[in-house]
Formats: sequence, C-alpha cells, structure tokens
Amino acid sequence: MGKYVFRLPDIGEGIAESEIATWRVQVGDRVSEDQPLADMLTDKAAVEISSPVAGTVLELRGAPGDKIPVGAPLVVLEVEGAGNAREEAASAPPPPVPASPPVPAASTPPPTPPSMPAAPTPRTDPPAATMRPPGVKPVAAPAVRARARELGIELQYVPGSGPAGRITHADLDAYLRQRAEGSMPAAPARPAARTAVEEVRIIGLRRKIAEAMQRAKQRIPHFAYVEEVDVTELEALRAHLNQTRDPAQPKLTLLPFLLRALVRVLPRFPQINATYDDEAGVLRRYAAVHCGIATQTAQGLVVPVLRHAETLDVWQMAAQIKQLADAARAGKATREQLSGSTITISSLGALGGIVSTPVINAPEVAIVGVNKIVERAVFRGATVVPRQMMNLSSSFDHRIVDGHDAASFIQAVKQHLEHPATLFME
Amino acid sequence: MIDTRVLVVGGGPGGYVCAIRAGQLGLDTTLVESGRLGGTCLTRGCIPSKALIQAASRFDALTRHVGDGHMGISLAAAPRFDLAQAVRWKDGIVERLSHGVAGLLKKAKVRVVYGHACFSDAKTCTVTRSDAPPLRIRAEHVVLATGSVAAPLPHLPYGPDVLSSTEALALTELPRRLVVVGAGYIGLELGIAFAKLGVEVSFVEAQARILPGYDAALVRPVEQWLRTHGIAVHVNTRALGIERRADGLHLSVQTGADPARTIACDKVLVAVGRRPCTQGWGLEQMAIDMNGPFVKIDARCHTSMRNVWAIGDLVGEPMLAHKASAQGEMVAEAIAGHRRAFDPVAIPAVCFTEPEIVAVGLTPEQAKAQGIAVVTGQFPLAANGRALTMDAGADGGFVRVTARADNHLVLGIHAVGAHASELSGEFAHALEMGAVLEDLAHTIHVHPTLGETVPEAALAALGRAIHI
Repeated sequence: MGKYVFRLPDIGEGIAESEIATWRVQVGDRVSEDQPLADMLTDKAAVEISSPVAGTVLELRGAPGDKIPVGAPLVVLEVEGAGNAREEAASAPPPPVPASPPVPAASTPPPTPPSMPAAPTPRTDPPAATMRPPGVKPVAAPAVRARARELGIELQYVPGSGPAGRITHADLDAYLRQRAEGSMPAAPARPAARTAVEEVRIIGLRRKIAEAMQRAKQRIPHFAYVEEVDVTELEALRAHLNQTRDPAQPKLTLLPFLLRALVRVLPRFPQINATYDDEAGVLRRYAAVHCGIATQTAQGLVVPVLRHAETLDVWQMAAQIKQLADAARAGKATREQLSGSTITISSLGALGGIVSTPVINAPEVAIVGVNKIVERAVFRGATVVPRQMMNLSSSFDHRIVDGHDAASFIQAVKQHLEHPATLFME
Repeated sequence: MIDTRVLVVGGGPGGYVCAIRAGQLGLDTTLVESGRLGGTCLTRGCIPSKALIQAASRFDALTRHVGDGHMGISLAAAPRFDLAQAVRWKDGIVERLSHGVAGLLKKAKVRVVYGHACFSDAKTCTVTRSDAPPLRIRAEHVVLATGSVAAPLPHLPYGPDVLSSTEALALTELPRRLVVVGAGYIGLELGIAFAKLGVEVSFVEAQARILPGYDAALVRPVEQWLRTHGIAVHVNTRALGIERRADGLHLSVQTGADPARTIACDKVLVAVGRRPCTQGWGLEQMAIDMNGPFVKIDARCHTSMRNVWAIGDLVGEPMLAHKASAQGEMVAEAIAGHRRAFDPVAIPAVCFTEPEIVAVGLTPEQAKAQGIAVVTGQFPLAANGRALTMDAGADGGFVRVTARADNHLVLGIHAVGAHASELSGEFAHALEMGAVLEDLAHTIHVHPTLGETVPEAALAALGRAIHI
C-alpha cells in the first residue's frame, strides 16, 4: 500500500488557481478510477475533477471556498502499490491559498471533513450585544445612563459591547445611528428587535458573480437606454406559432425573436457586438453573434452562450436556449457553453418590471434587458386602443458605444420587433 | 406673599442641595427651613455624631498610651474627657457647616425663609415666623424634603432620662450608665462612642442580633469588639418601661418569654429607628398618595400631585443623607426640564461602629436569593500593611467582593474594619461604572494603603490573590 498525492491538474486557458466548489468524496471513501473527487470553479464554470487512480481517500486538502493553485496537492489517496508519495517529500508542494479564514493546510493529523458553507452558524454580533431579558438591569456608567435618559433611550434595548455587557458611550452612539436608519425599534411597545446576524462566506459561484459585477461596474461607464416597443403583432405571431407548432418543437418565448432582431441589426453596429480588452486597448468586433443568455440558477446567475445565433432559426434558437438553461440550472454547463459571448440578453420574464439597469457582461460592451409585456392604452390617431407594450432596458459601455449609436441600435431592434415580418425578410 | 417657581420645604441635605441645584439652573427658588440649615444630618445627626465618635475614638486611643505606652508614646496620666468642651467643639463644626450651606444658597440666589411652613393646598403654604408676620408662598413646583424624626417607643416616652439621638448628642455631662434600646446603626454608633468615653453601656435589642439589617459576617467584628470591651448586649429583649427608684433609674426588660427584669442605669437612649416627618405641615391638604408611612413617589421622585415632588427620608428607606442629596439634585434638574430619574446601582451605607462597616450593593446571600450565581473574594485587613500601621489589622476586618459567576460583574462590595468608611466611595464607584472583577484587580492601588485590599479581594474572587 502506498500514498498517492493527487495534484490539481491544469484545467485550461492559463488558469493559475481554482476554487473548491464542493467535495464529492469524504475522507475514508473508496474511490474508483475516474470517479469525481471535487467540483472546482474556474472563472466561468464548475469543472468536475476525477480521480486518476483507485484507492481510499486519506486527506482532503482544503475546504469549499479555498483557492488551490494548479499543481498543489488536492487529495491524498491510499492506493495499491507504491503510490507517488515520495515525490511529495522531495518537492514541498505550495500550500493551498486559503480563502479567508485560513483552513489548516493539511499535514500529518488526519483532517476532519470540511465543513459545508451551506450551513453557516448563525450568531449575534457581537456576542455580548444581545438584548437583555426584561428585568435584567442594563450595566452602564452613570454618565451613559444620564445621557441615555436625556435622549429618551431605554438602555434596556441598547446592546452593550463592554465586559458583562456594559454599555459604553460608543454603544449608545451606535444605537442612535442604527435607530436613525430605522433598523432599531424606537419604543419597547414594538416587537422585539431582530438582532441575529448570519455570516455567510461568499464563495464559489456567488464570489464569481460578485467579482464580475464589481469589475464591470468599477471599470465600465454604463450608459443606460430605455425604449418601449409595441409587440402586439409579434405576440400575435408568437401565439400563432405556438398554437400550430409541431409537438416536438419547443414552445417559443420572446427571446428567439429578440435574438433574431439582434442578428439582423448587429451587422450595422459592429462596435456593439464586440469585446473590449481595455488593458490592451483593443476592441474585437465579431461577425458572429454569440449571445449570452443571463440565466437564474439555484446557485445564482450564470450566462450560458448561444453560439452563432446567426445560423439558427427561431425554433433552433428556442431549443438551444432551453438546452443551455437546463444545463446551467443542473450545474452541468461546460466551460465552452459558459464563455465566448459577444453580447448578452437579460430577461426576467414575468418579473421583468418596467425598467431595469442591466450590468454589462464584461468584456462585452452591450447588454439588452427585456422588461415585461403589459397591455396599455395607446393612441392610434384619435382613438385609444389596447396594445401589448414592452420596454427594452439596455446598457452600453460608453467608452466604446456613443449614446447616438446605442439609441440607433435599439431603434433598429424596435423596428424589427414591431414589424415582425421584417425579422424574416432578407 | 411670594410667588416662586420652586418651593423647597426643608433645608436638610435633600432640600438644600435641591435648592442650590435649582438656583444654579436659573430657577427662581425659595427654601423654607424651620430650624437650622443642614437639617438633621448636619445639626443633630451625621456630623455631630461623627464629631462625638471622633472625640471618643481619640480618647480611647490615648488611653492605650497610658503607662507602658504604645507606638513609643506613653502618657504619665490617664487622659481626661470634658464633654461640655467636646460639645462646644462639635457645635463649632456644625456652626461652620451650617453657615457654609447658607453661603452656598445665597450664591445660588436661593431665597431662604426661616419658619414653619404649613400647606393649605398642594402649591400654597403659609410660613409662621418667630420674628416676622406669616408669609404666604405660592409655587409652581413644590419639593417636599421634611425629613424624619426619631421614632419613639410608646411605653418609653422621651423625657429628661429617656433620650433620642438628638438629646444624646447634646448632653453636657456623661452618664455613668447608659442603656441603648435598639442596636441598629444609630444606637451602636452612639453607644460605642459613649463606651469609649468610659460610660458603662449596655444594649437592648428586640431582634436576635445586633445590626439585623447587615449580614452576619460583617457584624461579627463589631460583636467581638463589644464582647472584648465587656459591653452587655441583650438580644431578643424588649424594653417594657422605666421606673425611677430611690437608687436611680431602672429599665424593665424582658428577654423572650423569661420573667421581666430590670437594668439599672442613669440614662436611656432610644434608637429604634426613624419615622418620616409627615405631621404638622398640611400634608393632608395636598391630596398626595402615601406609601405606608412614606410619601409615594415615582422614579423621578414625583408624587401623585402634579408638580409636587418629594425626596429623602420622607419617601422611604434607606434614610440616608447622601440618598436625599442625590434625589434633590435630580429633582431640580427634572424641574428644569431635563429627563432624569433616580436609578442608582447602589446606595452605599456605612456604620461608624467599632470597627466600621461598609455595605455597597448585594451581599452573596442577597444575590443568591435573586437566583444569581456568584463568586466572592475576601481579603483580611490583617494582611494589609497599612492597616497594621494604623492599628486596624487586629479587629477581624476584611473586604469582600461579590460578583456574578458568569461575567464577573461586581454586584456588591462590603467591608468591615477600622477606617473602612473611607473606602465606600471606591466601592460605589465600581458598582456604578459596571466594573467587573478584572477591572478592580487591574487597577493599581497605592502601596501602602487600605485600598489595596480591593484589588486583592477581586483577585481572591478570581482565585489568584497575591498576599493571602
């Protein structure tokens, strides 16, 4: 019997480190060759890492959320034969880069199974700062008591940070601030204040989303543009197609039609179907329309990519959108399916609201948001008629896309959507 | 006829402090005092008794230097004590303090009216004056601070031979034998002082032990002092009456169910407590709710009548000057529109017995009765260097700290020992500041002082006292 140290393999495209999403095995598990050991996160996707050997898991090096450099030990297995553990002794491996807080870099003592971030321990903050039960006198110096009384504050409801829950002037200040923000009860007659604070480590997909959103908002001067579109005729067409469709065909949503409009319009606006490498100072304008479809999953937002939309008809698009969404929601989307978009559509469906301000999926330069369709009273000549109306809320990278071009682009999309026959006329 | 914003009735430590603070706050204030400024405390209570106790202790200490001497000091003859002279000395102190109060009131622009106030309604009184016609005063706010008087025993009425503490402090000649009825703090303080001056003192106490309000461990050194000085203490004993016979006074007493017997004496001091002064000044005209014998107040010392406030002994236990002063100051600020309430963590109490007792906050027993788990630490004065140099280490004195077991919040600090009264401020301060044991333990105290016992007691509670 020997030890086999399994190191994180290179999972592609210059990735230097990867985050542990979930362990698929536990210490003591018997694994067979090619059995998944862990899901590792890259910028775009969760990648399944499989065991190259059969054996028993001795150690898991890290907890979900930890970033592991490529080439660092990930799992130690006990295997038949000599294993490769001597190699480990020869070249001291780089330790895993701990995501805060550090997780002990495993060594001789057998590590306990990693704690799951999905079950964070709720706690109050700080521990001493709990509400006193009625009848327990608050502890505070006379000056603090006098000041509280002058302010009309019942110290009973002020969390104390000092020893034995002693309330300081600073605690009183904090309470005043919080009360001003409306998060604390002003009078004891109201329901008891909720003071529990739950700490949730932002790891995995959520961290990716957070980083991407922050990068986009920090770096890209967003230009927002909202226009309303009369989709009465488009909706009539869609309803007709759905009623008469082959049962094998997927149901059509609005998205394939919007995609079709983009495919028709984008060749006239090459700077909008593009990615901007702002560090290199290079804009890549694409002939192909690889459209990201913002998709909500149980873990959070992911953006699978419909590739070469220009080659697909609405039925194919509908089928592929469904396929991509299903894969994303199941966490099975591949890295290829999650990268390479040139423009993105964001649609909240029935939750679309009136206006949204979508965040650009960097390094792209445009994102088109779909708001909900509502029937509104619209003037047609001298009469008011009911029409199906929908807003498009879009954001553009103002470094690349001028307001005039953005508006022209959306107006062109609008023309196609309001006259759906033009979507299909070459 | 005077119209005033604030009328304070009674110039004791509650009333005069209230009036000064009201004056400071710019309120038009009138104070009515029927006797001398300073009230019971200053003219016939705290200050006079401490003067007498000091004289007695000095005299007692000097007697230890007679003959072979002590500390290298020896006296050839026994010291002599002249009570009349001591009383003159005491009166000088009282005079000086009373004048001081008058000066402070003047500085605060308080109008002082000397005479006896009697209310016709809650906001109007008439002051009967000895040297001027009656004066009507109408006030927007009335602060009642009439204090208390010594409670009499029905079968032992005050007279030439049956004294209250007031008369006891005004004696010009020492009685040969004194029986003190009531071994509470007033009776013990005065009785011990007279004993030190050579009076043959005995105590009669209806309850099972002296100082029934204090916990037994604190009282033990006092009991020991009484025992070693041959002072008789008759507990579980009631005073039945007094009889003057040819051979002098005889106080008839009964212990439990035993047959009555008599104690021969020259004077009897009755010190069975004090009762609030609620009679003779028109309280019944004011439509104010009562709380037993006391005036009923809320947390701001406000009575049931709008803009009528009451403070001090009139509103309940503890009947202590410093409580009255704190309430008086608070009420003045409340009248001036500040949001105030009387919410001390502790009202410290001191018995100027031999040795002295200090009680601040909860005793371990009181805390346990409230369901609080406590830790305690005790440090003996016998292990304190300064106490030994002050002859304060041999009477069984100690400092005891009581704290919550869970978070070490200090709930009470108690002490017994010579000079321990001067530690009371630190004790009260610790409680008011919400100190924990570690706060006391980590505060550097001067060596050598009695105060070093405080961190030592806290360390003892933490299980790591240095000097025991």
